[in-house]
Amino acid sequence: MTVAAGWQERTYRITRADLVAYAEASGDPNPIHQDEAVARSVGLPDVIAHGMYTLALAARYVDEEVGEPGRIKQIGAKFTRPVVVPAEGTEVVVVGEQRDDGTVLLTVTCGGEKVLGAATAVLRG
Amino acid sequence: MPVDPSLSGRTFPPTQDFEVTEERVAAFAAATGTPYAPGDPAPATFPIVVAFEAMQGLMSDPDVGIELHHVVHGQQKFVHERPTRPGDRLRAELTVTGLRQIGGADIITTSSAITDADGALVCTAEATLVHKAGE
Repeated sequence: MTVAAGWQERTYRITRADLVAYAEASGDPNPIHQDEAVARSVGLPDVIAHGMYTLALAARYVDEEVGEPGRIKQIGAKFTRPVVVPAEGTEVVVVGEQRDDGTVLLTVTCGGEKVLGAATAVLRG
Repeated sequence: MPVDPSLSGRTFPPTQDFEVTEERVAAFAAATGTPYAPGDPAPATFPIVVAFEAMQGLMSDPDVGIELHHVVHGQQKFVHERPTRPGDRLRAELTVTGLRQIGGADIITTSSAITDADGALVCTAEATLVHKAGE
């Protein structure tokens, strides 16, 4: 397996307003992604981003690096650690490494901790 | 309450047709800051909108025994046969591909076939749901 290219690191800001917009756009109204009191009542430290929000950011990263939409044939990850979004917002950092078979290994972190496990995309040729 | 042990292998009725519009795709892209121009294919995770409907069907089925508030999304993967585009009319049919118990949690693996108006497969959405009953 040869490493074809290391991609540039990109930082994405997440605010609670983004999560509200995403809840509406995706049809996932779970209040732990919007309401601090509900999040705390189920033992979370604060509002957390939808796992799917973070995976969507990983897909956005691939689109931006590739420079055109619709090239992702496969994308997936394990939601290993929640992305906590305090009132002032947070940042997620994404970096990828493309193998010559079209697979892109993605590292997604928040506050230096990995938040997605085995995050991988496959590009169509 | 534990999840119905005969759940594995079961296929649920398909969701209602979902009309992919420019507006829906643009709103989804905007929420995640994803570059999007009219006519572009939808972002790669957009089919979650349809897959999520199918998962709701599984989770709200009273015979299954899943308590909605105890479900965590553990894993998600999309395999695209082609990009989803505005104008597509999609439906999802969910099959439970596996069920196992780890440390008091039910690990439910699912695969949703997302098809277009011609019945052609557009995307397979695989989700792992972690259900911690009675916490």
